[in-house]
Amino acid sequence: MNFLNYFRLSPQKNTASLAKERLRIIVEHERRLHNSPNLDYLPLLQKELLEVVRKYVAIEDEHISIHLERNGDFEVLELNITLPDNDNSRKDSGKS
Amino acid sequence: MSTVIVVTSGKGGVGKTTTSAAFATGLALRGHQTVVIDFDVGLRNLDLIMGCERRVVYDFVNVINGEGTLNQAIIKDKRVDSLFILPASQTRDKEALTLKGVYRVIEALKKRFEYIVCDSPAGIEHGAIMAMYFADEALIVTNPEVSSVRDSDRIIGLLSSKTHRAAQNLDPVKEHLLITRYAQKRVTKGDMLSAQDIQDILAIPLLGIIPESKSVLQASNSGVPVTLDKASDAGQAYLEVVARFLGEEVSNSQKKGFLSHWFGKK
Ligand SMILES: Nc1ncnc2c1ncn2[C@@H]1O[C@H](COP(=O)(O)OP(=O)(O)OP(=O)(O)O)[C@@H](O)[C@H]1O
Ligand SMILES: [Mg+2]
Repeated sequence: MNFLNYFRLSPQKNTASLAKERLRIIVEHERRLHNSPNLDYLPLLQKELLEVVRKYVAIEDEHISIHLERNGDFEVLELNITLPDNDNSRKDSGKS
Repeated sequence: MSTVIVVTSGKGGVGKTTTSAAFATGLALRGHQTVVIDFDVGLRNLDLIMGCERRVVYDFVNVINGEGTLNQAIIKDKRVDSLFILPASQTRDKEALTLKGVYRVIEALKKRFEYIVCDSPAGIEHGAIMAMYFADEALIVTNPEVSSVRDSDRIIGLLSSKTHRAAQNLDPVKEHLLITRYAQKRVTKGDMLSAQDIQDILAIPLLGIIPESKSVLQASNSGVPVTLDKASDAGQAYLEVVARFLGEEVSNSQKKGFLSHWFGKK
């Protein structure tokens, strides 16, 4: 696959609207964090989750992200972990 | 009654100093007694943009420390009658500004001036907080670019928590969005965030749009606030901003440009 094509976004979506969508999400997330001191556990939660996942899979710090978003009446805590695609990253791969 | 206005942004290099100089000059051109203060201690630049760099003797920090009087430190502009500049210190750091000291200087300036324009340093630390602390109104300078919009949002948060008005439970600082370095052509193509996009995200009232313009660099090269350049589109846009700030109804020539772009060229 062409490397550039892979990362390029669908052509009809121009970069300004992409910028706006990214901003909408990050600004909302940051406002929420700043306005609600009771959510200040999020960075710590992210760190501990990272440690748990690392017991099983070798992942880097940037492969985990936590986002809080409002979706209608719900607060959605979105957790994203990107797993590496090569098999030998599994910690127990030698034993089984 | 005097009004203290902070020109702020969070992100560096978006046009705060350009705006402070142009806006203060615009207010003075309209006959208002105006002083513009450089809060960027250690990185003073307003004097260069205003073209008075060789006339600086005493500065803001000297006044705070009692090493010079306010009258010795403020520089009278040679072109516009009611315009004055209080330069920053170049040899100290931002910690040299104390809340008490800044308060005393601003209170003294209020006796003489109708408008006190505070050119904030970049960042969200001490220097930026000192510049916004006593503000009644704020110009939030934002470029149509993701990092600038995000930083503006942080600054809006600070304006509602880290200011004298917030601490004393007074009416909140009145916020104005000022979009600068705007390129309508790129917006029309979809390559640049539009003014509407930025307003949708930040949700504060738009005071005006300043186009990206070569004349801004020419103005700073020559030490002339861009509002004194009658041929400059950016200068004209700043004058409209001043008029709108003073409560006049002004149509936005940048938006007109947008319509003629659509209807004229299609
Ligand atoms: N409307 C404009 N069109 C073109 N160039 C501009 C415009 N506004 C500002 N600039 C340029 O952008 C640069 C930064 O401007 P300025 O010094 O006013 O920003 P600032 O926010 O005060 O920066 P700092 O955060 O370092 O204090 C300068 O080179 C200036 O000439
Ligand atoms: Mg500046």
